[in-house]
Amino acid sequence: MPSYLIQRVGGAVIVVIGVVCIVFLLIHLIPGDPVDVMLGEGATPADRESLRSSIGLDRPVAVQFAAYLEGLTRLDLGTSFHSQRPVADVLLERLPATALLAAVSLLIATVLALPLGMLAAVRRDTPWDTGSMAFSMLGVSIPNFWLGPLLILVFSLWLGWFPVSGREGAGAVVLPALTLGTGLAAILSRMVRSSLLEVLGEDYIRTARAKGLPPYLILLRHGLRNALLPVITLLGLQLGALLAGAVVTETVFSWPGIGLLTIEAIQTRDYPVVQACVLLISLTYVLVNLLTDLAYAWVDPRIRLGATP
Amino acid sequence: MTRGWLPAGILLGWALLALGVQFLSLSPNQIRLEQILVPPGSEALLGFDDLGRKIGDRLLFGARTSFLVAAWVVCLSAILGTLIGTFSAWRGGWWDRLLVQLIDIFLAFPGILLAIALAGLLGPGIDNVVIALTVVGWVGYARLSRAQVLSLKHREHVMAAEALGSRKHVIMLRHLLPLMAAPLIIEATFGVAAVVIAEAGLSFLGLGVQPPAASWGAMIRDGTRYLLVAPHMVLAPGLAIFIVVLSVNLLGDRLRDRLDTRSLSGRRAAA
Repeated sequence: MPSYLIQRVGGAVIVVIGVVCIVFLLIHLIPGDPVDVMLGEGATPADRESLRSSIGLDRPVAVQFAAYLEGLTRLDLGTSFHSQRPVADVLLERLPATALLAAVSLLIATVLALPLGMLAAVRRDTPWDTGSMAFSMLGVSIPNFWLGPLLILVFSLWLGWFPVSGREGAGAVVLPALTLGTGLAAILSRMVRSSLLEVLGEDYIRTARAKGLPPYLILLRHGLRNALLPVITLLGLQLGALLAGAVVTETVFSWPGIGLLTIEAIQTRDYPVVQACVLLISLTYVLVNLLTDLAYAWVDPRIRLGATP
Repeated sequence: MTRGWLPAGILLGWALLALGVQFLSLSPNQIRLEQILVPPGSEALLGFDDLGRKIGDRLLFGARTSFLVAAWVVCLSAILGTLIGTFSAWRGGWWDRLLVQLIDIFLAFPGILLAIALAGLLGPGIDNVVIALTVVGWVGYARLSRAQVLSLKHREHVMAAEALGSRKHVIMLRHLLPLMAAPLIIEATFGVAAVVIAEAGLSFLGLGVQPPAASWGAMIRDGTRYLLVAPHMVLAPGLAIFIVVLSVNLLGDRLRDRLDTRSLSGRRAAA
């Protein structure tokens, strides 16, 4: 275990350093002079120079990078151009909304995907199977920015069950979470099905059947428990898609989270906030995948001992 | 067998439309103030938008945007990714370690997040959309082709070609590429679906093509403001994206079943 741990954590640290570098370089990719872009054409040279020196763009890139890294170690992400507040405060304010949305979406995805995938695997090659997999195909193919407006149209405007947008009231999270969770449910249900089909072909399932265990116990205790391991890894990987999808979904529903903040910051050319949002989402993703892998290794000795599973 | 024809036909129609739409007599930018938000009817099959433009005509021009972006991004990322992946696996050593690390770093940006940030910083425009999506897209092809070359480079026919003194590009094109083609084609097929959604997504966020050029994503964005009075503005472009993406995914599944040798042998066919 220790060598696997060191190897995996070390890899993650290198990736984090790389991500920080790319996020830092983003602002230097802007064509032309970022200061011109921020201030517009009517700015006086004096304004430009004062802005340039206040955000440190007049210093060499290496010095800027060192300052950026030094700031990161103190969780100082700079000051928002738009609101003149520390970026870290702005992020912290928006974080709970995105966390809630992601958690409810994950819940919806799991609740939809587990029964669907199990049904498809147990009733393989029947209309149940075809139906579940057709749902999965539709769910993968429908984009968030269309499903969202459709749900608003039906459930908010016609039926009036949920608010159109914003975060007022307990029901407000339902439609955004449903939008975000459907795509994930589609992918997960496919994975549950194929993983369960593989497990159900194993010898120990035949043994359990032979000793007369009731079918539901075989499915839950021997089938699902073993089938879920690869599904959990996939869940970690898909959380990234969930977080990136949150940018679009939060925009559709004006959900006041990190995703909407990213788009607002892009529109107002608030570069420190754009950088911070991209950094936060990516680092969360790296961390979740690291934890998933470590948990997997902890549960499954074949991985931490380096054998091929 | 017959199931594959419908999606293939839809995609062929999409491609033909994209390449030939400017020869049809359409008026996607003609503004008719008396027709603002008029629902589908005899005047226009799919109705008019918030500026009184024909949604049907804009839909056809949107097909062009989406097809061109998909074609460019998938070609550029596939070529770039395959070259990098092949080089990495073939050279091995430090180059390989460096490139694998780079691939891992790019994979740490979830989904189209990096493309959103890049497109936002580069500014709107179809070129910048292609650049942003290619920067994100090459990674998948690089990882795939690297894995393929790693397993292929010790095959007898490749070693024989090397021993005979074949030049590197000959080995790559004649001895490696034909064997790598199947998985790369499958990856590229699903890549088309991803890029169509990504382009529409960027345009939906206001980071894609600029008005008055038509894009399905931008049409949905315009439509969300008039959801109650004119739902047809959102329904038509969304359905177009959905049908194209669904066709690509269905075709991709069939291709995978036919080309993927692994799934031909036994149980995994079920997956």
